[in-house]
Amino acid sequence: MTDAPVDLKAARPPRNQWWDVWDQFRTHKGALIGTIVFFAILAGVLLGPYLWDIDPKYIDIRAREQGPSWAHPLGTDQLGRDMLARLFAGGQVTIAVGMTAMALSILLGTLIGVLAGYFKRIDGVLMRLTDLFLALPLLPLLLLMVMLFREPLVLTLGPENGLFVLIVIAIGVTSWMQTARIVRGDVLALKEREFVLASRSIGTPARRMILRHILPNVMSPIMVSATLGVANAVITESALSFLGLGFPPDFPTWGRLLNDGLPYINLSPERVMWPAIALSALVLSINYIGDGLRDALDPRIRGR
Amino acid sequence: MLTFTIRRLAMAIPTLLFISLVIFLLLELAPGDPLADMPLTIPPEVREKIRLSLGLGEPMHVRYGLWLYNLFVTEPLHWIDALTGTTFAEGQQRIISFQTRGPVFDTIAERIPQTLTVVGAGYLVGVLIALPIGIISAYKQYSWFDQIGTFISMVGFSVPVFVTGVMLIIIFSVWLGWFPSIYDTTLEVTDWESFIKQIKQMVMPVFVLALYNAAQISRYMRASMLDNLSQDYVRTARAKGMSERVVLLKHVLRNSMIPVVTVIALGVPGVFTGAIITENVFKVNGLGQQLLLSIQGNDAPMVLTISFIFAILIVLFNLIADVLYGVLDPRIRYD
Repeated sequence: MTDAPVDLKAARPPRNQWWDVWDQFRTHKGALIGTIVFFAILAGVLLGPYLWDIDPKYIDIRAREQGPSWAHPLGTDQLGRDMLARLFAGGQVTIAVGMTAMALSILLGTLIGVLAGYFKRIDGVLMRLTDLFLALPLLPLLLLMVMLFREPLVLTLGPENGLFVLIVIAIGVTSWMQTARIVRGDVLALKEREFVLASRSIGTPARRMILRHILPNVMSPIMVSATLGVANAVITESALSFLGLGFPPDFPTWGRLLNDGLPYINLSPERVMWPAIALSALVLSINYIGDGLRDALDPRIRGR
Repeated sequence: MLTFTIRRLAMAIPTLLFISLVIFLLLELAPGDPLADMPLTIPPEVREKIRLSLGLGEPMHVRYGLWLYNLFVTEPLHWIDALTGTTFAEGQQRIISFQTRGPVFDTIAERIPQTLTVVGAGYLVGVLIALPIGIISAYKQYSWFDQIGTFISMVGFSVPVFVTGVMLIIIFSVWLGWFPSIYDTTLEVTDWESFIKQIKQMVMPVFVLALYNAAQISRYMRASMLDNLSQDYVRTARAKGMSERVVLLKHVLRNSMIPVVTVIALGVPGVFTGAIITENVFKVNGLGQQLLLSIQGNDAPMVLTISFIFAILIVLFNLIADVLYGVLDPRIRYD
């Protein structure tokens, strides 16, 4: 015990750790550009319909299959619907599905991961379950779920909500396994740390222990999984829509627009290209953000 | 190692049974009707007879048991008969598709060659591209080659297969007209000209699959090489005066390949299921496309069997990856 007086004024002012994370994140050029692109896409998709107020469902059969013009900057489709408006509408659905499915998958993954890591008794069962899910052929299963449960859900919840719920649940239920594994590993390591022992010794109940001590410490891997989960969900949803098993044509997503444009690829390839570019830019930017976050949240890299 | 393999094989059986049960129950619980496509003029009693002839009259567990029995007993017997000319399985029922009314495995046997040619070539090319890229990127870390390689693999990893496929079709089929956009399965390779045609129609699907797989594998290769390049034994090898070529290709590469080989093995089943989309883009009538058609047609036996084949592939290659890891790396012992 040395009692040399610590000069509090000379020391750096206390700093939130998220500022350190942000400093590290900023040095990753790709992640920074990714963030800008992502927010640009998000703003465009959310604000676009206000600036360009043509109804994406408005059918103008006399103006069908037109090339780019001032009235329709991206042309029109085979029913004369404005492609720019459809691109905005599709982006909203695509991003909404991606976010919601990611939230569900993270929730499931974290729940199962924390339970398996914290309670030894159910660890074996839950991890066997995770292994079983990892061995499932996921894409065939997804196709099957969407195809088979399409009609009953559409009948009960309406065409738009029904399919939204169905696709979000299908993607969420088939993509939580990686998160669960990562979280479990981290929880197992955390459980051996002194602060957990200390708080257990003062009689903290399991519920508060998990919420106050364990969960805040596994936030980093969860955040990285969440970012990559959005990209994964967006790709899966577009793949389903592309195969014709996602949303119906009057409820466009970027994958659906791609699929709709395919028969006309010889006439107007740009109808396929715009949704393709938008989709690729979105996924690429999210993956770069995830890459940067992974570096920024890793304390071993941070500050070097 | 042998006991480990046997234990894992024994573990695989309940896993596979569970998977088949999940798919079976999904098909059962869903309200789809295999007779939905039949004309409405069929009288109800005939409709009922058709249902019975499809085996739909039996209770659920009987049909599941029958499917398992057919898959594991009568189908292999049929294959033995076809190979050796014996008559073990004569008169025994096979798994019959609702759509074609023929044995499911006949359809699968027709479809597998296309899938294997296109998907197999795509994966092989992907691995062959990925390894040198990964090695050079790691050896010249942060060079322009590494930067470009990182960017391309990020693009290849992020851009979905159907987007790259469609873009290639626009550029090379619509604008340039170099390659056909539709895979012609009836083409038979007999002479040089038809061989060129076959190559031409394979170029785009193979490239799309290769790009996607190379993107992931080259990242693993690079990371694994980087891990090994900073090890002490590399410095020792250099200190002994070995040439860079020997250090890199003999010492580092062999050690770095251990995790990469398992990643390559793990990726094989994913390629088969992922090929559903590629086959759909380029209209290759392979296994994936058949699965899609059967799902749309409510053809339960076909869907169940093809999905089960995918599940077997996943479990099998997981096992192969684990065993390979133990065989290649003497530091890892399972026993």
